[in-house]
Amino acid sequence: MSTVPASAATWTRRHLLGLEDLSAEEIIAILDTAESFAEVSDRPRKKVPALQGKVVFNLFFENSTRTRTSFSLAAKRLSADVQDFSASTSSLSKGESFIDTARNIEAMGSDVMIVRHSISGAPHLLSKHVRSSVINAGDGAHEHPTQGLLDLLTIRRKKGRIEGLTVGLVGDIAHSRVARSNIWGLTKLGAKVILCGPPTLVPRGFEQLGCEVAYHLDEVLPRLDVINVLRIQAERQQRGLFPSVSEYFYFYGVTQERILRSRPDVLLIAPGPINRGVELTPEVADGPNSAILDQVTNGLAVRMAVLYLVSGRAALANQPD
Amino acid sequence: MSRAESRLCGPDVMDELLQDLARQITEGRMPQTPLCLIGIRTRGVPIADRLAELIGGAVPPVGAVDITLYRDDLGRQGHWPVLKGTDIPFEVDDAEVVLVDDVLHTGRTVRAALNAVCDLGRPARVRLAVLIDRGGRELPIQADYSGKLLEVSTGDRIEVRLTPIDPADEVVRVGP
Repeated sequence: MSTVPASAATWTRRHLLGLEDLSAEEIIAILDTAESFAEVSDRPRKKVPALQGKVVFNLFFENSTRTRTSFSLAAKRLSADVQDFSASTSSLSKGESFIDTARNIEAMGSDVMIVRHSISGAPHLLSKHVRSSVINAGDGAHEHPTQGLLDLLTIRRKKGRIEGLTVGLVGDIAHSRVARSNIWGLTKLGAKVILCGPPTLVPRGFEQLGCEVAYHLDEVLPRLDVINVLRIQAERQQRGLFPSVSEYFYFYGVTQERILRSRPDVLLIAPGPINRGVELTPEVADGPNSAILDQVTNGLAVRMAVLYLVSGRAALANQPD
Repeated sequence: MSRAESRLCGPDVMDELLQDLARQITEGRMPQTPLCLIGIRTRGVPIADRLAELIGGAVPPVGAVDITLYRDDLGRQGHWPVLKGTDIPFEVDDAEVVLVDDVLHTGRTVRAALNAVCDLGRPARVRLAVLIDRGGRELPIQADYSGKLLEVSTGDRIEVRLTPIDPADEVVRVGP
């Protein structure tokens, strides 16, 4: 599937709401566009005028540091005007609705809204009520498409391909929006996905998405070309989804010893923030198989590509879908 | 409806034009200053490659610049153009840069290329070499080195075709 000739000319969408809706060709078009933007970040002057005059709003209704910063920097590198919006200091606290808040922001001339929300589907809802392009920056446990795309770009750059690889997603799959975006993206581009974690965090239902489900990391390790370590969130632990952090680490923690039992060229990625000593050890996180910091760099290129592509469509249509 | 094509020159004349262009660049170059060629995508790149081989002395490095992100009409078309990528694997600081393109017309492409190159560093100077200068400038930009001047009607299009991108080396006028 990854051999499909891609072209940004195939991109006709005004929004990026998830990877579930995208074709393999569209995903490859984003990755190929991101490759061009990666070069911009290597220049002495890391800025191009492509989105000059465009206004990009960061609408974050849920906390985020790296995603918001990455989107802001990406928009600035394209010469857009960027404005951050924080829900905690907005009129939402006075009772204004989500849609009304967005419409008010749009009245200030926004071209692109980057939306993070704790409710799954919030960016989709917004896209039906505003003329701006909407980019999903993470909605509940649903999708985090740009994280999925930057993972795909990192794998493709490190491995030279995606088709035919076996990728293990290890950790809290049930509550992870990153996992869902990765599953859609990887399977569409021809990779095999193995989900691994405690049964409480890896429901069998994911097999319907074309994934293999496994509960013993040591058994699947030798088959993996890529290990994608997902974060165990403190709030989940309090709900008793596994007995203890130390037990989780014993069964699923990626240690140097486990890396040595993996393929020599196994690639380790993690969406972050990483919990050293919980999902993986410091020597693994900082070791030669780790591409965690490359992911951050690639995230910038992916977000520049997405902003570029959706803005082109917006310039054409500027109408609600 | 197909547009009428007339061939203005074939491979032999193309060779002569390229050799003349290479001679102009060699004679006009700054002494003691490293020379590099940067082709404007798409067909400026194979022309730059050929010129590099024809220029006397050490073969200068060749890069490619994609001016898409610097276009002044970005956003006017339906879809954003496909990015082909800038690839300049050498320093432009303090170098003599020769920008290379196939056809010089309005000057807007060259304006965009100049901005792109100046974002990569501070060259000692930048010169412009074009295979065909067809006139019709909309910006105050002129070629320093040109292979052939053509007077053509506003509605005509001049296409430079080069192997390996195209089947043969030729310059063609496509009528309105």
